[in-house]
Amino acid sequence: MEFDPPVSSQLQEFLDQYGIRGREMLLPALLEAQKIHDFIPREAAAYIGEVLKVPLADIYGVIEFYSMLSSQPRAERVIRICTTPSCASQGSGKLVAEVCQHLGVDIGEPTVDGRYVVEEVECLGLCDHAPGVLIGNDMVGEATLDRIFHPEEHPRSEIYADQRYLLARVGSVDPLNIKEFQDAGGFAGLKTALALKPEEVIQVVSDSGLTGRGGAGFPTGLKWQGCAEEERFPKYLVCNEDESEPGTFKDRALIEGDPFTIIEGMIIAAYAVGANKGYLYIRGEYTHSHEVISQALEIAAGNRFLGENIQDSGFDFEIELRSGAGAYICGEETALFESIEGKRGFPRVKPPFPTTHGLFNQPTAINNVETLANVALIFNIGAEKYRELGSEDSPGPRLFSLSGDVERPGIYEISKPLTLRELIYEKGGGVRDGKQLRAVLLGGAAGKFVAPDGLDFLLTNQGTREVGLGLGSAAVVVFDEGVDLRFVLHGLGHFFAHESCGKCYPCQLGTQRQAEILDRNLRGQSLPGDIDRLKDIIATMTDSSLCGLGQTAGSAVLSAIEICPEYFGIEEGARD
Amino acid sequence: MTEKKCLSLNINGIECQVPEGTTLLEAARYLDIDIPVICLHEATTAKGLCRQCVVEVEGRRTLAPSCITLAEEGMVVFTESERVVRVRRTILEMLHASSDISHSPALQAQMEKYTADPERFPGAKKRQYEILDDNPFYVRDYSQCILCWRCVQACGDDIQFTYALGLGGRGHDSRISTFYELPMPETTCVFCGNCVAVCPTEALQDKTEYLLEKGLQHHEIRARRRQERQGKRSKS
Repeated sequence: MEFDPPVSSQLQEFLDQYGIRGREMLLPALLEAQKIHDFIPREAAAYIGEVLKVPLADIYGVIEFYSMLSSQPRAERVIRICTTPSCASQGSGKLVAEVCQHLGVDIGEPTVDGRYVVEEVECLGLCDHAPGVLIGNDMVGEATLDRIFHPEEHPRSEIYADQRYLLARVGSVDPLNIKEFQDAGGFAGLKTALALKPEEVIQVVSDSGLTGRGGAGFPTGLKWQGCAEEERFPKYLVCNEDESEPGTFKDRALIEGDPFTIIEGMIIAAYAVGANKGYLYIRGEYTHSHEVISQALEIAAGNRFLGENIQDSGFDFEIELRSGAGAYICGEETALFESIEGKRGFPRVKPPFPTTHGLFNQPTAINNVETLANVALIFNIGAEKYRELGSEDSPGPRLFSLSGDVERPGIYEISKPLTLRELIYEKGGGVRDGKQLRAVLLGGAAGKFVAPDGLDFLLTNQGTREVGLGLGSAAVVVFDEGVDLRFVLHGLGHFFAHESCGKCYPCQLGTQRQAEILDRNLRGQSLPGDIDRLKDIIATMTDSSLCGLGQTAGSAVLSAIEICPEYFGIEEGARD
Repeated sequence: MTEKKCLSLNINGIECQVPEGTTLLEAARYLDIDIPVICLHEATTAKGLCRQCVVEVEGRRTLAPSCITLAEEGMVVFTESERVVRVRRTILEMLHASSDISHSPALQAQMEKYTADPERFPGAKKRQYEILDDNPFYVRDYSQCILCWRCVQACGDDIQFTYALGLGGRGHDSRISTFYELPMPETTCVFCGNCVAVCPTEALQDKTEYLLEKGLQHHEIRARRRQERQGKRSKS
């Protein structure tokens, strides 16, 4: 049957080029359609389904899952205002009201001329420039009504380090000048690694003691070994740049400031595990990062650092750049695979683990951006020197994202272990405007609150474990005495309810029930028994959820009940 | 055929042997130990959504969904521990607060067994939807849907390969949906009825049954059918 394609020539061109790859191209195709029409018309979705051979109900399901995609007409430019803790405590709620008033619309309601629509969104990675806004593809830091409509320079993080290792080139080298990169030591690690056998590369990484910097802290060498030992091909190497943990913005700084290092780390990792194809998955909101890394990939390929026979090493490796479309859960490794495969970002049941059954069910190594920057560093300075940095149990430098009510928000590269108090007061200049500290949120939304008298522990794997905490993504959000934690908790409750994928019951239902109770708590309308309800919900989510999102969705709330019982109407000494 | 390896494990203090590849749920059933399930159905693939079948496995950080957790040598399992019971009760209470499960005797029985309080979560957001009566064969009342995904599985890879149903929304507000919410006759649906057969509530209900429950007599239903058919003919 012949018929005219019911889609624009631009989308037709895209499908002509990539349609042959099938469902894997669904998310890119939908993003393309959305770019053309500002939403995804039904006819376009149906045509995409026909070309990619994806059931129509599934296509609608994918559109519905990702918050940046829309099946209904929206507006030319979406004004996304971050309302997660760092930004909320710097007045983003007021900003939402101002922008809506200025445009004469409610949240989610397009302006009459169809130019703008305002949305409240979760963390944009602009925590050190709070409140953060994304208007169209432009990021706006320290956003005000005026600055939103007249975006100035792209906001960059301040960088603090006694000595720079991971951040050696960030801010001092043109991120897209491959010669400057090489002159500053770039690709030296790659050269060293490619001269070794893959198993020797893995040995070096194991010897370095590197653990993953995405949040879970799994030993990188062990992960690679698992993947390398598999004898099924093809294998994949995936770089996880779905940085969305509220309060975390270090990976964005690395990608935007030193993209070739991430490419270097990816090549080394791929060589070690035996993968010839890599995917770099970057969250949809990171539009500028996407632009930078996209150009860097082209330049790297043009200089034979990607493609066939890289630098005459005999090793072939290519990297495909993939964009997310607004889903925190896609930072979970298996949900990320599902997303690349053109599905809703549902986490998979583990085992099997990615090293044996990952992307397209093939053996896969998946690493965080900062982890891969560490890999490049290890081969640049050697595992022995690398181990001298950090601590015995947490070797190497680590990037902390410091934000909130602190004098000097920014990214801190820490290569000599220090306590949380030292990070905030000595490095970060203390609480802003000389105020008293109310609490610190360590590890993002999935982390825990720390009381002002509990800051004297080392920010290492072991140091945090000893006091019942975890480093997570090393996000540190500071709240001063003026902050009502009930407000922060209310925000966290909504964050998890909004970002739960809805697959397993404990999280699907628990994040919603938790948000409802935290809502009541904020309004001062708590009901008798709410604390017990919260505790049952959190125990259920923690103990029986399918993935890490649900298992940690109550962690911050539970820690707040511990350190600030008065916020829950519990008198000191009366709690059980 | 090679003989499957035999595994020894302990469930609720009872030693037992099962062949390799047996799930904990199956192992418990051999021993006549009852483990409640919500999303599981014999005709659809187990997927571990509802977590109602979780059990405590010694040495594990979190509870294990018994429908998809395979027995391992030396495992020590508790199917009704305090942790397990707390989770089951809370899941039932939270589910009851969101969805209308009054037409599911199996879920009502579970509520009773685990002394789940139907009023545990006052002021909770209910998943309320308009009843969709868009075809002659079945009616969809998604206020009763508990998101077990069985209908989607039955419509897709598990039985019919029709793919008319999918999931819309996200999180608590996920819902079963067709392509752009189109009425059933405008989708790939072949009205096989498998989705209705696997639905654990009355979210999907046979239309005759639905109309009878509404108080219509058989002859009235037949008259209505005739009318619908004539209406369709005159339209085409």
